[in-house]
Amino acid sequence: MSSIRQKNADRIEELKGVRDTGLDEARLVAFLAHAWQTPKGLYGWLATVDHKVIGRRYVVTAFLFLILAGLSALVMRFQLAAPEAGRISPDFYDQLFTMHGTTMMFLFAVPVMEAFAVYLVPLMIGTRNVAFPRLNAFSYWIYVSGGIMIWIAFAFNTGADAGWFSYVPLAGQFYGIGKRPDFWAQMVTYTEVSALAVAVEIIATVLKQRAPGMTLDRIPLYVWSVLITAFVILFAMPAVMVSSTMLILDRLVGTKFFDQAAGGDALLWQHLFWFFGHPEVYIIFIPATGFVSAILPTFVRRPVFGYLGIVLSLIAIGFLSFGLWVHHMFATGLPQLGESFFTASSMMIAIPSGIQVFCWIATIWGGRPIFATPLLFVLGFIFTFVIGGLTGVMVASVPIDLQVHDTYFVVAHFHYVLVGGAVFPLLGAVYYWFPKATGRMLSERLGHLNFWFVFLGFNLTFFPMHILGLQGMPRRVYTYPLESGWGSANLFISLSSLVLFVGFALFFLNMLLSFRNGLPAGDNPWGASTLEWATTSPPPSYNFPRLPVVTHREPLWAEPDTLAVIEGLRVDAREVLGGMVADAVPQLRLPSADNSIWPLLSATAVGGTFFASIYTPWAVVWGAIPISIGFICWFWPKGEPEDEE
Amino acid sequence: MSTLFLTACSDWQSALHAHGDNARKIFDLIWTFGAVAATTWLLTVLVLAMALFRSRPPEARSPLQIDPDQERRLNCAVGSATALTVVVLIALTTGSFFAGKSIASMSGSETVTVRVTGHQWWWEIRYPKIGSLQAIVTANELHVPVGESVKVKLDSLDVIHSFWVPSLAGKRDLIPGRPSELTLIADKPGVYRGQCAEFCGYQHAHMAITVVAESREAFDAWRSRQDANAVTPSGDEERRGQAAFLGTGCALCHAIRGTPASGTVGPDLTHVAGRRSLAADALAMTPGALAAWVADPQSVKPGAKMPRIALSADDLNAVITYLGSLE
Repeated sequence: MSSIRQKNADRIEELKGVRDTGLDEARLVAFLAHAWQTPKGLYGWLATVDHKVIGRRYVVTAFLFLILAGLSALVMRFQLAAPEAGRISPDFYDQLFTMHGTTMMFLFAVPVMEAFAVYLVPLMIGTRNVAFPRLNAFSYWIYVSGGIMIWIAFAFNTGADAGWFSYVPLAGQFYGIGKRPDFWAQMVTYTEVSALAVAVEIIATVLKQRAPGMTLDRIPLYVWSVLITAFVILFAMPAVMVSSTMLILDRLVGTKFFDQAAGGDALLWQHLFWFFGHPEVYIIFIPATGFVSAILPTFVRRPVFGYLGIVLSLIAIGFLSFGLWVHHMFATGLPQLGESFFTASSMMIAIPSGIQVFCWIATIWGGRPIFATPLLFVLGFIFTFVIGGLTGVMVASVPIDLQVHDTYFVVAHFHYVLVGGAVFPLLGAVYYWFPKATGRMLSERLGHLNFWFVFLGFNLTFFPMHILGLQGMPRRVYTYPLESGWGSANLFISLSSLVLFVGFALFFLNMLLSFRNGLPAGDNPWGASTLEWATTSPPPSYNFPRLPVVTHREPLWAEPDTLAVIEGLRVDAREVLGGMVADAVPQLRLPSADNSIWPLLSATAVGGTFFASIYTPWAVVWGAIPISIGFICWFWPKGEPEDEE
Repeated sequence: MSTLFLTACSDWQSALHAHGDNARKIFDLIWTFGAVAATTWLLTVLVLAMALFRSRPPEARSPLQIDPDQERRLNCAVGSATALTVVVLIALTTGSFFAGKSIASMSGSETVTVRVTGHQWWWEIRYPKIGSLQAIVTANELHVPVGESVKVKLDSLDVIHSFWVPSLAGKRDLIPGRPSELTLIADKPGVYRGQCAEFCGYQHAHMAITVVAESREAFDAWRSRQDANAVTPSGDEERRGQAAFLGTGCALCHAIRGTPASGTVGPDLTHVAGRRSLAADALAMTPGALAAWVADPQSVKPGAKMPRIALSADDLNAVITYLGSLE
């Protein structure tokens, strides 16, 4: 009896493994590097679950899609530069604007925001990896296969062509052309799956894995913003998942969800789509405000003014974003009372957005601005986003919307909101965190040039569109008559878009050049206050040799010399610290999943099933077999008992 | 830059040139909202510039040393700005609500009812039977009496379109299976252009509608002209044209009242030559344009549902002459 007990005790002792308690620096780092390494070579590249590797990959992929979508816009501007130009066919034009919108929304904007979150959140909250690291790898592979699929379809003249919101019946079984809408619907399914996966990881990571002492009111504002975004994703994405599935069912197996002749309803699509589609805008915008709240304090040398106000505003925006969807449908003729409700809620969302802008300006007022490139982008953001917000108030009014809906006014409005409101902060964020991710600074000279070209190019391109829209130019037209008088403004816009193009070219050039030759960054080149700057640039695979303890909202400003750390974690295997949701008191040591090839193989099985289901409903049945095999192998228990301590 | 756009601004199809009650109310609202928005933006940017460039005491402090007096002042400023935002938004919402209500109250007093059906990519227009006048079908050109309110009943049989004549009224979608309606009034005689505003496929760009607002007398005269059947061909050329029209594919899709042609797929051509434009305002109504359109519709509107019909050159000319006589 006693010998068995002794054996068990030995076994438990052995399981507890090597802890970092009292370990000297060299051995600690050696252990951690071994436990958290990504193996060299192809296998390691495919099997890694390091959030930084995956995050970087996500960012690069998203920017490649940005280039594709941007180039499609340039081709459209080439066609629109002159009335009745006839440079490209309407068929090709329809595919271009659909691919532009679809790619920008589903394959660039949302994924790039997720990508930054995946990269930054564990560093900013002081942990070693995201919760569910393999799910993270899986989400990337699903995302990239969806994106590649729809662009290959485009290359074979099967590009989606019914607009990024693919209204039925135009995209339905009778009017949709060939397999084009099916590719669109399935691509949406891929990105939903990956976005939901990331949302779940972010929520679990932020709620459970924060550094000890990082109570709710010490969470960096950027992390707050991605946490709220993750909740919005969780509630919004299922609506589009339902609608894209119903669309493909209508097209593939002859269900009649949207066929009014058989008792379906074309308007149902719009409700479902916009119930997702409007929150989608905030899924892009809320993390961007997080970038602003992260960059601003560093470059004005003071904490953000009104931390609580900003957090509450973000939560309010997250909630209100679900009460706006009908303002995309004012022209469909809904009852006036209903429309008034959605006008009021659309106006209301201007209040929390306004509060954030006021807080940022107050922050600048109370600080001492340093005009580095990231700050320039933040200022450009305030300048342009306020215009987009105010035209948003205009289109929230039902009568005004009935004139400007589906015109270039709306095109101008949402580009001001999405480019001004999200891409400007994103570019600022790249300048801000590039040194952390690569260990090298981006060139400030090229950065300033980049900013001015993008800023001027953007405003010169999109501001005139407000006027064109009021003058009656509808959106999504491949051409317009000479008599319209829209020609000179359109030529001006097309020429200005070249300035914007040069701006983005400078951005990518700067990244390429600085990646090789940029000045070495050091740990904290900007003198910033949050935890990601406490580790090396680029961070090691395990992020921090010892996990930090947080005693202040701006930890690196409060304790500039040494940060308190916590000990007791295993270092010979992957382990992270789990804490209480509200006050981040350490609760338990959590094992963290090791590298695995199964997320990739499962993603291949899932992706292959989605792809094949474009052609036959039986794909879902047969695809279930490889998917099950993939998931079973992925989750197969490794025989290591849970640490009960 | 502003002169470039002002000179380019035409009276062609513009929400900024309101010639009807509905559109004028919206125009006023656009200006009000626009002025408030511009003021707000200017103030924001001004305060931002002051925040950036105000003079500051030279000493460099730790970023965590916050001046409590300044903090109180900032709190006060942010609070007031928020309160002001709320007040302005409530005012705008109320203004928008009442404008919407007054536009909605226009319905109910209509003297003319017309039914507009959207097709890929043209507009079918039906005037119902009224008094001794029979119901008629025409296309792409809507005639209305000036100063009277007109009820436009909207529906679609294929995909979603949107009826939009910016100078007269805001838009309204045509959704299959969900008939809707719109009231519009034109204050002064004129020709107003409108265009489909909901993306509807290949030729969404060429799906325009012309609204001709004319005096009551002129309108009644037009209405009775439309009541008549198509003119009988008077010359050899016209007769040959009619024979070719009826003998080839044309009559399968198009109707000409008073002839055996009774297709309903394409526009009714009974009085086609009396219209100002053809192919939903893709071309002006001239013999040359008509010939170009009939000879090769796909080069004018790629993707349009009208196929190219193989006609000999002589037959083509005859068909054009015949159609040109259908005033």
